[in-house]
Amino acid sequence: MSVSNAQVDNGVNVQALIDARAALSDAPVGAQFQWRATCTWKKGTHSHSNVEGFFGLGAEQKHKTTFSFDADHPEVFASEDHGATPVEFVLVALGSCLTAGIAAIAQHRGIQLRSVSATIEGAMDLQGILGIDSDVRNGFSGIKVTYDIDADATRDEIKALVAQSQKRSAVYDIITNPTNVTVEIR
Amino acid sequence: MSRCLAERSIDHVVLERGEVANSWRTERWDSLRLLTPNWQSRLPGFGYEGDDPDGYRTVPEVIDFIGRYARLIATPVQTGTKVTSVRCTDERYLVTTDQGDWSCRTVVLATGACNVPDVPPAAAAVPPAIMTLTPMQYHNPNQLPDGGVLVVGASATGTQIAAEIHRSGRPVTLAVGQHIRAPRLYRGKDIEWWMDATGVLDERYDEVDDIDRARRVPSLQLTGSPDRVTLDLNALTAMGVKLVGRLAGINNSKVQFSGSLRNMCALSDLKMGRLLDTIDAWAKANGADGKVEPPHRFAPTEIEASPPLALDLSSGEIKTVIWATGFRPDHTWLDMPVLDRKGQLRHDGGVVCSPGLYVMGLQFLRRRKSALIDGAGEDARDLSDHLAAYLDGRVPTSHK
Repeated sequence: MSVSNAQVDNGVNVQALIDARAALSDAPVGAQFQWRATCTWKKGTHSHSNVEGFFGLGAEQKHKTTFSFDADHPEVFASEDHGATPVEFVLVALGSCLTAGIAAIAQHRGIQLRSVSATIEGAMDLQGILGIDSDVRNGFSGIKVTYDIDADATRDEIKALVAQSQKRSAVYDIITNPTNVTVEIR
Repeated sequence: MSRCLAERSIDHVVLERGEVANSWRTERWDSLRLLTPNWQSRLPGFGYEGDDPDGYRTVPEVIDFIGRYARLIATPVQTGTKVTSVRCTDERYLVTTDQGDWSCRTVVLATGACNVPDVPPAAAAVPPAIMTLTPMQYHNPNQLPDGGVLVVGASATGTQIAAEIHRSGRPVTLAVGQHIRAPRLYRGKDIEWWMDATGVLDERYDEVDDIDRARRVPSLQLTGSPDRVTLDLNALTAMGVKLVGRLAGINNSKVQFSGSLRNMCALSDLKMGRLLDTIDAWAKANGADGKVEPPHRFAPTEIEASPPLALDLSSGEIKTVIWATGFRPDHTWLDMPVLDRKGQLRHDGGVVCSPGLYVMGLQFLRRRKSALIDGAGEDARDLSDHLAAYLDGRVPTSHK
């Protein structure tokens, strides 16, 4: 594996990532990040969330603008459908994390991507969240991601991109492994 | 190394805490055989002369092999001598042992890569009613109570122990994380034969892209058996072993497994495919096609639709947990600032950051084969070159 030749451009600055990796290997404190979102209830199942600041590289950081997200439930749940459901945000997070990884790894491996699209499907048995059957979990019973990728690479090279992206993905790790969650009231 | 030093008439002593081949005498399970074929254990001036070059040595045969080599080269070994610390003073090393001290200008650490079982912190959360063993404590299935066994780790150690225990009538669940799948035989030849012939095993530490990563790659998922079988995950599934994801944690006696099993197997299948591509390209370029069986590919690793994500250790189903989660070297007895923040020895191809101090036998120390018996000879030649030059004052001697 080598840093890509100049012709390949997936819009990823791999050298910056490699430099960051080297810098953070020498200064692991700078690698300690905290990501944040705020969430405010509007009405019913509708909430409004903002993402703006985060901490990393030893200092407070800020996105270029504040990103806003409305979440709600669809009308079949007697809600007003002001936004995607929270579980759909999880699917969005997984798809965008894996796709970003594919672009970065392809750049690093010198593979030109022409198009990448994914369908992310989460199966859920509502008997869990509705409390009908205590043996059924609240969350997804399984998630399926299907990629369509057009790239200058063999099928096995594309498979390896997708596999490596899962191996390095934060959201994939968050979904496939348990995380301690603490919820407090101020 | 002793042989290479003797060739250069460098006065030396080999300190051994027990008997020659101590770790093979005391830290191996009963049925283990070497993962490399007999012909491949080549030491300087010594090789296999028997009539089964393709076989795999049993543990008693390995002990005999190493013992015979020690006698052949008349190595000055002092057995029953446990080194308790090494310190550096005035460009000399003070080696403290339970049989007195040694002062010397150079020291070679040859204690190996597998001194301590690398058991994850989650092990502390296993309920006390469950028997837990590391591979160093495991000898054979008769040690275990009847009932289910959770084997954690699916490299060579985990897969072999899982198969043996499952055959003893104790149903095995195998937690599978990162692993390196490899067929025992490919195109009629041992995979080690191919890796030797193609030069894969000779790849140098200063030629690979990311040596830290290469050194972390687990051992090949191989077994040495008289019938030369491939013991991959598909073979284990066919036996009835249950595959689950990497052990992610233990919460209130409930073991949680990662949902990453499918990708772990995909990564491994793809990596094996790349190795077989390398082999086929080499065979074609070197006129081996026609002399060996034609190229073929192995079925992908089969994973059930929804592997279990949890297992309750208090249900009585599991009676034993075996931590086949790898080993690490123990360098805690080095009383010198030579370890990095993760406790790993800082060295450049075996030349430790303290002048006159060398290490051998670690994963990918100088070559991909460095941790194999077959890798010791070339590493010893290189490092004894450096050591001799150091003693002659031909390399910088300033301490870092």
